[in-house]
Amino acid sequence: MSITDVLNSSYIKWMDTQAGDRDIVVSSRVRLARNLNKIPFPHLLDQVNGESCVQQIRDAWQKAPGPILAAMDMISFDQLPALDRQILAEKHLSSPLHADSNSIFRAILVNDEGSLSAMVNEEDHLRIQSLLPGLQLGECYSRVQDLDDEFEQNLDYAFDENRGYLTSCPTNVGTGMRASVMMHLPAIQMTGQLNHILQNIGQLGLVVRGLYGEGSEAVGNFFQISNQITLGQTEEDIYNYLQTITEQIVEQERLLRERLQTDMKYQLEDKIGRAYGILSNARVISSDEALTLFSDVRLGVDIGILKGISIFSLNELMVAVRPAHLQKRTGQDMDAIERDIKRAEVIKEKLGAVRE
Amino acid sequence: MYCEECKKNPATVHLTQVFNGQKMESHLCEECASQKSGFMFDPANKFSIPNLLGSMFGSNYSVQGMPAMALHSTCPNCGMRFMDIKQVGKLGCSECYKAYNQELEAPLRRIHGNSQHLGKIPVRGGEKVLVRKQIEVFKNQLQEAVRAEEYEKAAEIRDMVKEMESKLL
Repeated sequence: MSITDVLNSSYIKWMDTQAGDRDIVVSSRVRLARNLNKIPFPHLLDQVNGESCVQQIRDAWQKAPGPILAAMDMISFDQLPALDRQILAEKHLSSPLHADSNSIFRAILVNDEGSLSAMVNEEDHLRIQSLLPGLQLGECYSRVQDLDDEFEQNLDYAFDENRGYLTSCPTNVGTGMRASVMMHLPAIQMTGQLNHILQNIGQLGLVVRGLYGEGSEAVGNFFQISNQITLGQTEEDIYNYLQTITEQIVEQERLLRERLQTDMKYQLEDKIGRAYGILSNARVISSDEALTLFSDVRLGVDIGILKGISIFSLNELMVAVRPAHLQKRTGQDMDAIERDIKRAEVIKEKLGAVRE
Repeated sequence: MYCEECKKNPATVHLTQVFNGQKMESHLCEECASQKSGFMFDPANKFSIPNLLGSMFGSNYSVQGMPAMALHSTCPNCGMRFMDIKQVGKLGCSECYKAYNQELEAPLRRIHGNSQHLGKIPVRGGEKVLVRKQIEVFKNQLQEAVRAEEYEKAAEIRDMVKEMESKLL
């Protein structure tokens, strides 16, 4: 498998569903921000430094001192059409900010299953991430750590004894680590508990974002929760803390789901049934509407009201209905209306197929 | 069921709060609920950290006695001025952290509540830090050995510490 396969299929590792707490925690991610010593940060890169930066990273990849880098593919963004870059962002391998430009200084490294990747010259020279299904922060950290060690053998990282790993933005300095979980919290939302929980999370030094990270909206009851502080704590402390808080939120969501099932059985079954009805019969559907209804259907599958639909296929659908994936599938540019029609078709095909 | 507050609209928001083990339930309409709970989360609100950063380095800074000179000094490696950093909320290169070490102390504390790295240390470039940490470990072992009156072992550790300290010079 190569980067072409990652681009052509709608599958990526985090969609797998064997992992723990996967009904509520969709995926876990740990990313490390790293920079090269003395080379200006990406926002100041000129031609000479930019070329040198990409070349050093390419060399480190080609030398591949261990099995992890050896199993990764690297491609420069000037070799990738805008659509493919957007596909990487929709899969959470690149960020919207990174995928935005075809600069020759930008590139991406990715492994077969998309569980490990590295963005070159996003906000920092290197952003290495591990992205896995369910609640697996410890595993994510250990994988990203191993990749970091392989890179480090041939890269001269910017590091300071007191400040740690030096990053372009001071909010990332120190460990350079951001650990995050993507959670699906429909019951907390439906019971009006969301504001309380989100306020508390803020006071605990964690940040809540929407489905596509910074600045994105929380659609379909999906929330990304991550650490805010990167300096003055060890990496283990950071992810263990997030893990503990996540487990508490999972517990709360479980309790509320049970209560909804007893107190509002009919309303809940009605809502879920209607969502499934719309999804499997709509001819034109927007991305936002689809994601909102996926949330209801997902809840229905989790609590056993809807049978025969897998969480895996719902995970896959969440990505498959995004604009770039729809256009890749049809092999042509589409305007918003054409996409809405195609989206309805894809949903019907996937949901219909699993129901029978 | 009608809203407990206005008693006009149907109750669509069902709130359960637990205070000191006492459970309180309230059933409200959306309108009354939004007034009551002081809803804080607005995803459309672009209140992101980078946007705030300018102010992190910002005006309240000079109050803390930062020399006015620093605003106009430049990083010897990338040429970024501290006032530019304030404006974009980003540093220019790894050397900026050295050039503006003092100026960054307060903002870093403000962001992280801390200004001293405790996490991973790279093997390359971090050699001296690793040696220093190892010396700390040995010194603790040395004390242990002395306390246990294992003087031969203590002498061995002392020699290792000496050797490592010579590496730092």
